[in-house]
Amino acid sequence: MDKREMIGKRIAQEFKDGDYVNLGIGLPTLAVNYIPEGIRVIFQSENGMLCVGPSPDEGCEDKDMINAGGGFISELKGASFFDSALSFAIIRGGHIDATVLGALQVDAQGNLANWMIPGKMVPGMGGAMDLVTGARKVIVAMEHVDKRGNPKILKECNLPLTAKAKVSLIITDMAVIEVTPEGLVLKEIAAGITVAEVVAATEAELIVPEHPHMIGSFGQ
Amino acid sequence: MRKQISAKEAAAMIPAGSRLAIGGFLAVGAPECIIDAIVEAKTPDLHMIVIASDWEDKGVGKLIAAKQIKSAQVSHLGTNRTIQAQMNAGEIDIELVPQGTLMERVRACGAGLGGILTPTGLGTVVEEGKQILTVEGKDYILEPAICSDFALVKAWMADRMGNLVFRKTARNSNPIMAMAGKITIVEAEHIVEVGDLDPELIACPGVFVNYIVQSTEVTNG
Repeated sequence: MDKREMIGKRIAQEFKDGDYVNLGIGLPTLAVNYIPEGIRVIFQSENGMLCVGPSPDEGCEDKDMINAGGGFISELKGASFFDSALSFAIIRGGHIDATVLGALQVDAQGNLANWMIPGKMVPGMGGAMDLVTGARKVIVAMEHVDKRGNPKILKECNLPLTAKAKVSLIITDMAVIEVTPEGLVLKEIAAGITVAEVVAATEAELIVPEHPHMIGSFGQ
Repeated sequence: MRKQISAKEAAAMIPAGSRLAIGGFLAVGAPECIIDAIVEAKTPDLHMIVIASDWEDKGVGKLIAAKQIKSAQVSHLGTNRTIQAQMNAGEIDIELVPQGTLMERVRACGAGLGGILTPTGLGTVVEEGKQILTVEGKDYILEPAICSDFALVKAWMADRMGNLVFRKTARNSNPIMAMAGKITIVEAEHIVEVGDLDPELIACPGVFVNYIVQSTEVTNG
């Protein structure tokens, strides 16, 4: 399975029936293809909609129906539309069960940096700061290392933060890591990857359970 | 009754240096006809309050491409390289505002509030230079209200009292921006008589609206 699809599939396992979820653009949206049968997840688009449906067939796009990434979407039964202030009241007010976002860096304290590289790229934070601040569970989904092979899970982020100490789970193509008060705990490793490889690709210290059977695996 | 004017007349009302709160999200629900008329009028030195800088050839992107924007309060620039280049060249002053914070600051102005308290941005550059207040043990950033001289919004339907109905995700920031203009101008796809709209469906009452412009873009259904 493709690395990104594998991450998408693993993200989907985090959702419970009836969860309200906001997925960041890019990699996190792949999760919609892997929601287990019998589980209904309600997706929000922060421009002002709940019960977002899949992208429509070509030729059936509606100019007034886009998601937060600008892609055309459809509506499912039970959908609602509302203004952007209400949409962010839903987010900030703690009514979203989980949000999944990409990251440039994430660190051992659960700090997240994903909105700018000074002097290089300043796309703005959009809704990311509100999402990370308000969602009940913040999941970071990303490739474990950057394009040059450098770790993205650091002792301490050095890029401008999106929010402080809000990340609770990190899902990558190599591992699933939980952010705890004690530090980052290795929970699962991807099929074909060794613990030593994960540790080597992670700058932050990882708490590795003593018994190998306490580490799950995914991506088979 | 609210006066119906042309997009050109709307643009002619707006002097150089005005603060514009413009509805839309990535150009969906943007008042394209009014924006086109402002581009044609070449009004300079505008301040823009928008969620995103849209695309180069759509929404407020057209005002950016025409170099009519001197400053902006905006949450996302990622889809528009021109505004990023203008920012890097020091041609435009940008205050990046988290999207939810931007909406509440604009709403606060329309609601007669001085500002809002939000946890969004704590521990980030967003809090720099701002007052942090503690309420019942929790920290919040004091974010001041954002007002505008003109709110330019887009509706699906407007009646002649200025009551507005929006369509799907084209609602987005429009009802909020409409609250915060000293003068609010709506561009509507359909202009109908008073009594023709179901009062239950009106998402922005006409009390916030001053002028109505007929849009050339018309969606049925």
